[in-house]
Amino acid sequence: MTAKQARQHIVKLLNKTARLDGRGFTEYRKPISIEYNISKSAEGSARVQIGETIVLAGVKMEIGQPYPDTPNQGGLMVGAELLPLSNPDFESGPPGIQAIELGRVVDRAIREAKAIDVEKLCITEGELCWVVSIDICTLNDAGNLFDAAALAALAALKNAKLPERDGKIIDYKKLTDEKLPIQRLPISVTVCKIADKFLVDPTNEEEEVIDARLTVAFMENGEICAMQKGGDMALTLADIEQMISIAAEKSNELRVVLDAD
Amino acid sequence: MTYSKRSDGRKFDELREMEAKVGVIKRADGSAMFKIGKTTAYCAVYGPRNLYPKFLQNPLKGTLRVNYSMMPFSGSGNRVKPGPNRRAREISLVIEKAITPVLDLGEFPNSVIDIFIELPQTDAGTRCAGICAASMALADAGLAMTDLVAAVSVGRVDDKVVVDLCYDEEAYPDGPVADVPIAMLPNSGKISLLQMDGEISNEQLVKALKMGEVACKQIYEVQKAALKDKYKSTGDED
Repeated sequence: MTAKQARQHIVKLLNKTARLDGRGFTEYRKPISIEYNISKSAEGSARVQIGETIVLAGVKMEIGQPYPDTPNQGGLMVGAELLPLSNPDFESGPPGIQAIELGRVVDRAIREAKAIDVEKLCITEGELCWVVSIDICTLNDAGNLFDAAALAALAALKNAKLPERDGKIIDYKKLTDEKLPIQRLPISVTVCKIADKFLVDPTNEEEEVIDARLTVAFMENGEICAMQKGGDMALTLADIEQMISIAAEKSNELRVVLDAD
Repeated sequence: MTYSKRSDGRKFDELREMEAKVGVIKRADGSAMFKIGKTTAYCAVYGPRNLYPKFLQNPLKGTLRVNYSMMPFSGSGNRVKPGPNRRAREISLVIEKAITPVLDLGEFPNSVIDIFIELPQTDAGTRCAGICAASMALADAGLAMTDLVAAVSVGRVDDKVVVDLCYDEEAYPDGPVADVPIAMLPNSGKISLLQMDGEISNEQLVKALKMGEVACKQIYEVQKAALKDKYKSTGDED
């Protein structure tokens, strides 16, 4: 099937209020699940599954020096790897633009929500601080990596504990009981537009033919902390309003999964 | 000095606990997870598929490409920088050589079989876990193979010959250590990976290899059971 035929087929179905896999437009695939502590090498880790999409995230804690312009804050870094094992179209090599965007969108939600109290990561002002690295690795890309990656990153943060430290030296073998200073948990939902329809949790086939997508991150109080529009087509203000309201509603569902334990 | 008790309490010829599963990555043509102790390897096989750019194609036989990689959070110390490094590239090469003998690449001219190995958590023995996962994933992909490949590291810690060294043993501070990763074709007993670093006597090495042969046969049983298990489940998929 050519891309054009695929699109025609998907749009034809959407016009009959149907999707290729029989889901409703704003229905996530099942299961949506989080498994914590999947890597004992990491200080925190999680595996998120949405349908057949599987994403792993791990947190590593290191000691660094605060940036000169924020001497009382620790560091935060988010990276995403689109592993070639997770999708036949992903290639080995340095991160491509897709991986960079994914990492930055996840980073932005966490950073702008002030998910971590970075001041508490400072050990000695201007000299020593914790640097939190969150790495996201895709294990099976069956669509909607954005939402799965964002959820996995948060779950790994929630799961993380500080290792024992003596000055600048970390004993990675011994984790303390001290958790990361997490103050908010922003939940990201991506809404896609195909023709004049809006849907969540796209499969690979749907992702191939979307006109536009909008990823919106919500804090507990319902306020928005980050957004990213993608796709080749422009959106009207009415589109954006509708996409945000769908995202807001769906974010509650994902939050229930994250809060489950 | 004598190494009287292993750091994790195992017998000297005892493998760490293993867990194996195939079909864990649905998008791949074949896939497997192999876990031994705290080392976990995932492997996905894609292909045989067309090899591009075209000048890489070999009209005489197919190409096997192995890509071994540790996830950034998988090290027991600092974060591992993502992307290939010299260590990962060498390990990819020796894994490729360990697996090639069981495949008939002459069947796939101009094509490539890609093997991707990823490790989310590590505690020594990663190349061996990778080989175990890879051979299961190749079988899961339905490729004709003359045998599976089972791999384990053997060696010596101080005065003892041991099987399946964990990180604490590789880094044993109070005596000489040798780490000898081997891969074996269990049916023929042939060795397709052999590396070694450290210090070991000829007698110890021979003893270690014999223990490795027994261990590889145990791993082989776990691999076979995982492959059969996929077809036992009565799910409506596959």
